[in-house]
Amino acid sequence: MTLFLLRRLLQTVNVLFIMSLLVFVGIYAVGNPLDMLVDPQATRADVARVAAALGLDQPVWVQYGRFLANALRGDLGNSFLHGTPALQLILQRLPATLELAVSALLIAVLLGIPLGLWAGLRPDSASGKTIMAGSILGFSLPTFWVGLMLIMVFSVYLGWLPSGGRGPTREVLGMHWSLLGAEGWRHVLLPALNLALFKLALVIRLTQSGTREALLQDYVRFARAKGLAPRRIVGVHVLKNIMIPVITVVGLEFGTLIAFSVVTESIFAWPGIGKLLLDSITLLDRPVVVAYLLLIVLIYTLISLVVDVLYAALDPRVRLAGGQAA
Amino acid sequence: MPQHTSSPRRSPRLPRLLLGALLAGALLPAWAADLRIGLSSDVTSLDPHFVNIAPNIAFSDHIFDTLVKSDAKGKLVPGLAESWRALSPTTWEFKLRQGVVFSDGTPLTAEDVVFSLDRPATIQNSPGPFTSYTNQIVKKEAIDAHTVHLHTASAYGPLPLDLISIYVVSKKAAENATTEDFNTGKALIGTGPFKFAAFRKGESIEVTRNERHWGKRPEWDKVSFRILASGAPRLSALLAGDVDVIENVPAADLARLKTNSQVTLAQHTTWRTLFWQLDQFRDQSPFVTDHAGKPLDKNPLKDLRVRQAISKAINRQALVDRSLEGLAVPASNINAPGIFGYNDAIKVDAYDPEGARKLLAEAGYPDGFSLTIHGTNNRYINDEQVVQTVAQFLNRVGIRTKVDTQPVATYFGKARAHEYSFALLGWGSLAADFTLRSIAGTPNPDTGWGTWNWGKYSNPKVDELVAGALAAVEPAERERLAREAAGVALTDLAVIPSHHQLATWALRKGFAYDGRIDEFTFAHEIRSVR
Amino acid sequence: MTGGVSHTDAAGGWRALARAYAGSPLALGGLALLLAIVLAALAAPWIAPQDPYDLARLDIMDSRLPPGSLSADGSLTYLLGTDGQGRDMLSAILYGLRISVAVGFAATLLALALGMSLGLAAGYAGGRTDALVMRAVDIQMSFPAILTAMILLALFGQGTDKIVIALVASQWAYYARTTRGAALVEGRREYIEAARLLGLSTPRILFRHLLPNCLPPLIVVAALQVAAAIALEATLSFLGLGLPVTEPSLGLLIANGFQYLYSGRYWMSVFPGVALLLTIVALNLVADRLREVLNPRLRPQ
Repeated sequence: MTLFLLRRLLQTVNVLFIMSLLVFVGIYAVGNPLDMLVDPQATRADVARVAAALGLDQPVWVQYGRFLANALRGDLGNSFLHGTPALQLILQRLPATLELAVSALLIAVLLGIPLGLWAGLRPDSASGKTIMAGSILGFSLPTFWVGLMLIMVFSVYLGWLPSGGRGPTREVLGMHWSLLGAEGWRHVLLPALNLALFKLALVIRLTQSGTREALLQDYVRFARAKGLAPRRIVGVHVLKNIMIPVITVVGLEFGTLIAFSVVTESIFAWPGIGKLLLDSITLLDRPVVVAYLLLIVLIYTLISLVVDVLYAALDPRVRLAGGQAA
Repeated sequence: MPQHTSSPRRSPRLPRLLLGALLAGALLPAWAADLRIGLSSDVTSLDPHFVNIAPNIAFSDHIFDTLVKSDAKGKLVPGLAESWRALSPTTWEFKLRQGVVFSDGTPLTAEDVVFSLDRPATIQNSPGPFTSYTNQIVKKEAIDAHTVHLHTASAYGPLPLDLISIYVVSKKAAENATTEDFNTGKALIGTGPFKFAAFRKGESIEVTRNERHWGKRPEWDKVSFRILASGAPRLSALLAGDVDVIENVPAADLARLKTNSQVTLAQHTTWRTLFWQLDQFRDQSPFVTDHAGKPLDKNPLKDLRVRQAISKAINRQALVDRSLEGLAVPASNINAPGIFGYNDAIKVDAYDPEGARKLLAEAGYPDGFSLTIHGTNNRYINDEQVVQTVAQFLNRVGIRTKVDTQPVATYFGKARAHEYSFALLGWGSLAADFTLRSIAGTPNPDTGWGTWNWGKYSNPKVDELVAGALAAVEPAERERLAREAAGVALTDLAVIPSHHQLATWALRKGFAYDGRIDEFTFAHEIRSVR
Repeated sequence: MTGGVSHTDAAGGWRALARAYAGSPLALGGLALLLAIVLAALAAPWIAPQDPYDLARLDIMDSRLPPGSLSADGSLTYLLGTDGQGRDMLSAILYGLRISVAVGFAATLLALALGMSLGLAAGYAGGRTDALVMRAVDIQMSFPAILTAMILLALFGQGTDKIVIALVASQWAYYARTTRGAALVEGRREYIEAARLLGLSTPRILFRHLLPNCLPPLIVVAALQVAAAIALEATLSFLGLGLPVTEPSLGLLIANGFQYLYSGRYWMSVFPGVALLLTIVALNLVADRLREVLNPRLRPQ
């Protein structure tokens, strides 16, 4: 187990390194931030001075070398546009995104697993079919379209919920959180629903198919034949069978929820890191983009690690890669 | 320890204060003078000298003042300087207003002004410094507490115009302050109509009225700005009553808003003028070919008749009515009407497809040619629509036109590297000689001429007139030269003008705003109406 | 006991599959709808009233006309209205359908092929290969599609092929991850051990034995991902990174039309939205049924 963890740690460091290189060179290829930011009337001397101050006058590998040297000391550089450390900028906004992603995940799982179970246990009933048809709708509609519909219906026509923003925040542990008050929940509902819809459909479908497969497996059939209570069959055997795909999805989706909250955040004016990323890409604020992606990779590999450990715990047939040294 | 940090010992008084505020609120509901504004772009830093981008400047104007200000129409008016004049071609005298104090109570002196003019050059790591407005000044002198002399290396007429961009900060508060100190409000001490209250980056900013402000007293006790970057949510925040005023109303929604009795609209022609830059330096332009896709033996865009044909082929009125939904007016100049140096002798080219075809035939292209035109898709009002519509018009006169639109992040870099043949640009400036220097001046990176002249248009006559205007310290003389330069450049179609954008604000019932040519949303110019 | 559809008698297998599929009228309806959509998409140049990509044919004076309006020159009735450039919506939808469907399928097939191979290899071989592939998956899955697309766009310019590359680049990891998960479970079952003991070659074990048994979850994911690919393309277009504006896909039509929704000009985004919805629902009905009939453990007894 320790060996396994150590290996994964080493791999993560490699991933971070490759990732930073790719993004650094990638953004460099997109364009020069000075084209957009330096005053049009600036002379060559002005531009050169700015470029030198920001290190943009150097060839890309020198820039990367400097970045790497600083990064090893924990300094991911200052945002070109904000003039403050990129990491600090992201951490300031991280709570907003975490709140959104966790809310969305909760909606997806707490609604998705019961609905999927129901549809899986009663595949031929009208309710089961309706749930499955509904899940098709869930991933058929593009997120941005659903978001706009939600705003139109719930904010503009009905006036029940706010159209965007995050509501008042309270400071806990040096970070600002909005879900500590009722107003925050009102604000998060629409964007979380919007973000959750696709994942909800996915969880329903995976749970349903897992349930159906489980019911046909020999041990469940055997248990049924033995006259075991249906509640116990579902509770123990079926749930256990569907946990692997569901955990994979939940784990994978949490990372992607964070990374892909870009669209929802920009529609609902949700001040999270997705929106920061989009703005930073638009303005070629490279330090922020690089820091953002490194952070996401870190979060993601950690989740992936947890998923793998859970896999092993749930299914004895799966052995952890580290324990299997060939 | 600065005076404005609150001491914890004061907290026992808080309940009483709160009670008082509650009572006042209950008794005087009609005067609860709070204003909530939905902004369309993010304010990245509160340091007024950090980065020269519009949202930051618009916010700075609430806290700080400049020596010279521009009014809603773009005319220069006294700010902290009561008057100014050129003592010699290279020396300017600015007389400061008497009795102005900062929000912390310290009086404004010439020292603060000199400090503020020095500060932009000391800011490290700014990607868009304000130094292009202070570079011309080689020496600054505080003659007495209320007189400043500024010396330039050579005669430089637009100095007062440059100074509308440099906000005057308190030397005492800002002397050792970092950009971060401005963001926390510690160094944010100005003479402007409001005082800093709170800043949540990317989310909201709050200010309260500065009772010590020298000028007109704003109506609002408290103003909060919310960053609502995308159009639909910004509008729905207004309709849902979450904000009172929004800027940059999405074009597609105007028709509906006009019929909404709960909302009033304010519109103003802005300085932002859109025009097409044409490759006028290559003999074979990369995106101009014959109909079979082979390069032509010469570049038709270099031929004045072809440029005239293109200009006549564009139905600007239809473009403005249809693609821009009335959010623009047809343009003949590269500056908006009323702006310094606007040449009203130049008229908007009438739509004349027949004449266009004739001119193309005369130039040797009776069957036209093939062209790809470029534009942005996230920068200007309906820019993607505008590019497509112009392509439609060009197709009708035989120029087979394709369209390529890109986000501004990739577009500007390529355009500035002169990669395009026919490309859309929007420009906002308060003086024609400035615009011409950047757009139509012969490119020279050392002097800052022609930095955005994507087509490398070059005309010695234009250069000479623009140089003359910039060196004229006498405003009337400068305006005459700028007008003449604009006339020469536009008759020669250095660029093909398209339209001047309008800016639109939407306000809830009970609020009024006149709008501004510079597109800024100023809380101190928003009024309540009954 | 070897699982999966028997591959000893191919013809008989297909017939059995067709018979099993026909068991559900709903699924048959979905198949008919899907075929109709694909046919309409293929035949777009012949059945559309207008070539919506030819800017010379459009007239800005016809822009934003409601459904049923007559064109300015009286030559054409716009059954579903026009868009902001005066494009006939019906024609634009037919052409857009073609692009969306082509992009969705091409991207999914390429991503499936790539992701499946890597996932199988990782799950079966384990060790170093597994670690390498899974770390690549991690990188890819934490790399937002928007950034991938933007970099590709900047380097190569806009276009259908670039968007396909961007979609493949952002989706292969999903299949790799799912395949690897299934292969990890299946690979330890007895029939694979048996095949190994019989001395069958690795590719044979992978593709003839392991793959068919990993397929059911992959089909679910692939069905979802065709839809996701189409939606992601729409989102990229919505953010201004997708296809050229002059050749709109369904997603771009929705994105372009959505700004008019508030002002009541619904036809510009609702009609392409309906077309997109029908396409995806049909696709999923078919895929859902396929999953049921392909799954050895779910097959009717």
